[in-house]
Amino acid sequence: MTGFSAIFRREFAAYFATPLALVFIVIFLAMSGVFTFYIGGFFDRGQADLRPFFVYHPWLYLFLIPAIAMRLWAEERKSGTIELLLTLPLPVLAIVLGKYMAALAFTGLALALTFPIWITVNYLGDPDNGVILAGYLGSLLMAGGFLAIGSALSAVTQNQVIAFVLTVTVCFLFMVSGLPIVLDWVPELLGLRSIVAGLSMLSHFNAIVEGVIDLRDLLYFFSLIAFWLFANKVIIDLKREAG
Amino acid sequence: MTVMLEARGLVKHFGAIRAVDGISFKVEKGEVLGFLGPNGAGKTTTMKMLTGYLSPTSGEAFICGQNVHDEPLATKRRLGYLPEGAPGYSDMTPRSFLDFIAAARGLKADREAAIEAAGESVHLASVWDQPIETLSKGFRRRVGLAQALIHDPDILILDEPTDGLDPNQKHEVRALIRNMASEKAIIISTHMLEEVDAICSRAIIIDRGRIVADGHPDELKARSRYRNAVTLVLPASGAEQVEKALAALDEVTDTSRSSDGDRCQVTAFAKGGKPILAAVNHLVARMSWAVEEISVDQGRLDDVFRSLTHSDAVDAGDAASGETP
Repeated sequence: MTGFSAIFRREFAAYFATPLALVFIVIFLAMSGVFTFYIGGFFDRGQADLRPFFVYHPWLYLFLIPAIAMRLWAEERKSGTIELLLTLPLPVLAIVLGKYMAALAFTGLALALTFPIWITVNYLGDPDNGVILAGYLGSLLMAGGFLAIGSALSAVTQNQVIAFVLTVTVCFLFMVSGLPIVLDWVPELLGLRSIVAGLSMLSHFNAIVEGVIDLRDLLYFFSLIAFWLFANKVIIDLKREAG
Repeated sequence: MTVMLEARGLVKHFGAIRAVDGISFKVEKGEVLGFLGPNGAGKTTTMKMLTGYLSPTSGEAFICGQNVHDEPLATKRRLGYLPEGAPGYSDMTPRSFLDFIAAARGLKADREAAIEAAGESVHLASVWDQPIETLSKGFRRRVGLAQALIHDPDILILDEPTDGLDPNQKHEVRALIRNMASEKAIIISTHMLEEVDAICSRAIIIDRGRIVADGHPDELKARSRYRNAVTLVLPASGAEQVEKALAALDEVTDTSRSSDGDRCQVTAFAKGGKPILAAVNHLVARMSWAVEEISVDQGRLDDVFRSLTHSDAVDAGDAASGETP
């Protein structure tokens, strides 16, 4: 546990050691504002809710989260510090979790900094704050899913650009697997198509953002994250044995 | 003496490459073991298996009697490791980096003191709050050493601890290692033969993944054909005749001659490494040669090294750990 918190604190501080934190937060806030007000038509809808705010988060995350995740392991492998890390008396899973939770906490911070829009909508009208809270939860789970995918894929390579491109691609496939763009390629066989459709992050995300917190949707995100973090550990072990 | 570390038949394959091919040895408390070998001989790969970073294809490593594979956390706790190239987090300062390592190693009440002591032992005070990426190679290496020492481990594994340091820094690091030696078991890898002479109580020469020699540096030197060889320096004019006369001695196997301007060096190699100075002296006196200098060799480590290793060794270790520049 002490090891986990040491890794967590180092990783979290690392975001702020470079301009990365500032750049990410500013762009995230600016982009979510643009999507909400211009594309989402926040005012024109005349409704006191944050749907136009949350509905674009997956698309925003699609490019911003891989940018956060790409350095998690690729950088360690490139600089050789992974050898220091993996010869500390800590289980690999504790290190994977420490890094992941730090990235998630950082994303959560960026998300929390969107609070002015929550104040705005409460000032302008009388929204259902429960639904808004569910929206924040769904958004954080979505980010968490993308981060887990990105963390695992950044262990595949020591090149951060490759890690970024791989992560965007896999995240995109997971996101839209309920849409024809993916389903048209899946053969209608043994219910395969409905399984693939069930993997869609977007449909689970939308269900939560609607304000309906179904255990199945939560379970979906938790198992997705657990799967990719476990894959992350396996990839690290495989890669170091290969040299 | 207590055996602190043991390698038992370590083998490591990377695909078709046999980087390490059956290495066994024991290190006792108080020993400083030097790993010698050409690049790619398997030094780094062997060290990585001892630290538990790599799992051996076959064979076992033991730290203080515990199997590295079965008890990864317990064995890592007793170990300080300086990886090749002394990697560090470039955006951290020596202070924050050492604080991180101390925290990750679970140091608590004594953390501040341990950080201070580790920093002091390698003289980091002047760069204490500078980002590691701005530090010189010498300072980075010292940060890496401090990181390996911070928890006062029983066993130290240092991959090229003095690589890239200037002569003063090398001297300091060697003094540091010597001072700790009685309390710990230390393994260093190096390709500087003088380092083995300076600090190692034992040397292992590795070639193509196998141990080709294991012993005290003096014992290894004794295997050299230069053991007890006598070298005369004299004017070039009579050198050829002198060489012939020396070669005719029963105790001499072979001779060599090299000239430097109007001076010439003639070396007589001893048969079986036995002392031949008396015989040569006798001859010099009898023939009344104008000898200006006479010296006896202890044996040369570099000569032993070259005769035991292959310079064309496949760069297996390096190719495999291609991550580290």
